[in-house]
Amino acid sequence: MKKFALVALSALATVAVGTAQAQEVRVLNWSDYIDEDLLEKFTDETGIKITYDVFDSNEVLEAKLLAGNSGYDVVVPSASFLARQIQAGVFQQLDQSALPNSVHLWDEIKAATASSDPGNAYSINYMWGTTGIGVNVGMVAERLGDDYGSSWDLIFDVDKISKLSDCGVHILDAPTEVIPAAMNYLGLDPTSQDPADIEKGGELLESIRPYVTKFHSSEYIDALANGEICLALGWSGDVFIALYEADDADNGVTIEYIVPDEGALMWFDQMAIPTDAGNVEEAHVFLNFIMDPENIAAATNYVYYANGNVTSQPLLDSEVIDDPAIYPPAETQESLYVLQPYPPRVQRVVTRTWTRVVTGS
Amino acid sequence: MMIRAVKGLTRRLPIIIPFFWLFVFFLTPFFIVLQISFAEFEYGQPPYVPNFRKVEGLSDFFTQLQMMTLYSYEILLSDNLYWKAFLSSLRIAAVATFFALLIGYPLAYGMARAPRSIQPILLMAIILPFWTSYLIRIYAWKAILQKNGFLNNVLIKLSVITEPLTLLSTPFAVYLGIIYTYLPFMVLPVYSSLEKIDPSYTEAARDLGASGFTTFWRVIVPLSLPGVIAGCFLVFIPAMGEWVIPDLLGGSGTLMIGKQLATELFNNNDWPVAAAVAVCMIVVLIVPIVVFQRVQERDQLRRQQEG
Repeated sequence: MKKFALVALSALATVAVGTAQAQEVRVLNWSDYIDEDLLEKFTDETGIKITYDVFDSNEVLEAKLLAGNSGYDVVVPSASFLARQIQAGVFQQLDQSALPNSVHLWDEIKAATASSDPGNAYSINYMWGTTGIGVNVGMVAERLGDDYGSSWDLIFDVDKISKLSDCGVHILDAPTEVIPAAMNYLGLDPTSQDPADIEKGGELLESIRPYVTKFHSSEYIDALANGEICLALGWSGDVFIALYEADDADNGVTIEYIVPDEGALMWFDQMAIPTDAGNVEEAHVFLNFIMDPENIAAATNYVYYANGNVTSQPLLDSEVIDDPAIYPPAETQESLYVLQPYPPRVQRVVTRTWTRVVTGS
Repeated sequence: MMIRAVKGLTRRLPIIIPFFWLFVFFLTPFFIVLQISFAEFEYGQPPYVPNFRKVEGLSDFFTQLQMMTLYSYEILLSDNLYWKAFLSSLRIAAVATFFALLIGYPLAYGMARAPRSIQPILLMAIILPFWTSYLIRIYAWKAILQKNGFLNNVLIKLSVITEPLTLLSTPFAVYLGIIYTYLPFMVLPVYSSLEKIDPSYTEAARDLGASGFTTFWRVIVPLSLPGVIAGCFLVFIPAMGEWVIPDLLGGSGTLMIGKQLATELFNNNDWPVAAAVAVCMIVVLIVPIVVFQRVQERDQLRRQQEG
């Protein structure tokens, strides 16, 4: 009897190990970036167990990837970071034959991401969006008047932001996005990698620093939604999440997302498979699942970010596909800019400038 | 022969174990960090040029030695940011330690003076919060301190204030978080040294005409000093390198060396500079640790002489 139990146990253990090895995928994605029901659906459809973790900054993800053995099979860096990570040998080329759903990808977005990932050999686009301004309509109108406009003035004009500091201002803790935004406002080329330009952007940010409550990349969603802050320099979809959170809570807070007139950063979050991934096959199954128009449409309807899947567009809610702040019309798109990766020495200048902005020293 | 050797080993075991511990969990990681701090930065995986491969012969040793660079330390010296961050950490840790002592000492004193039967309960009450992860407790503070949070709501309900106060993301919140987190590390050693004081000392002092305050100041406090010193170091040293609490509760202006180290690692991916910051921190923190050790040794010696 005892012997039987032992055999049964070891058989069970073998099965458990067998499935754990063959049937698992570990995904590291941005926070608040997917409809969690999709993860369940994925496991139901494919039988692959999914471990899903989140992060909120490209820098932190990059630190994990460069350290090696991150333990993840799918990660989602922004294209400008992806570019230099490919060069560092962090990612493996995708097996296109395992990705039949890639026919649904949007050529326009593919063309844009090809500048970071030539031929889109290493990554697929998950979502894309802009870095703009989230506004608590009531609180800002109360302080600046009803026509507070749709310009970067709200953030970068000391006159305006100083009137908003009492109701709370958050700015993304994302140096490589916020400094270019300041450079753009100053009329400089936001994609410039000249340290002098970067420092000018930093000086502008330093001048508004006294009025900033916090530099953080995920807290502003809840803070905007519950009226803790009235202004945020943030990512498009996150502001929309706050907008609908506030709607649901019915707490009297109305949120608006602004793509500023002067132009804004357009970014692309790319799904890629690390070189040292343990479950490469399952990772491809996951990417293919994500590129299924029905699935990516569900994700976009949930997180309010535009995706790079053209076939999914008829499946999107009208409040998403028809919102010019989510799917910007051609004329807005012209004012948007795309960043290139910084070489290490320039990266140090960006980081140092950012520390000066954030801490005042 | 054999038995004697074994006996000798068992006698030395109490010394060997701590040294083994020190070697495996402190010296080895320290030398790895030290070695990275002399490496050259490179954008890759790992983000530095490995400078310590297997040494093959003397000439190879010298080539590897030549690969070492002081560049990371030059960066630390050329920019006063690191110095400022260090001083700011020092100040925050010192202030937090002071307040932890101010709050912790009376707490420990009260506990030590409480009836014997309820002391275990009081002790339990101090230890109990540790059963919850400290991250969760820090997040709880966020919920308490935020604008629509518990504290502001209560104060408004009680009509103490009319407008919610900004408490979160301020230096105040950082101090609060650090003091709250490390308070038990102050209370426990102070309590343990107060509890050991023989009550007949106090009685003798009172019999000899000392006032309550004099008894406390001239008898109790000196006797509890070892506990106070232990508590201060237990609070000061971890507070000095604190990163999570200022990150979660602090505003943007809170400059701390632990945060700076994280910036080097996460934003610049510059492991050599991050390692150099860590090495400097260890070197500076070792001084108080050695002082602490010395004081304890002297104290023990004195007690042996008295005994």
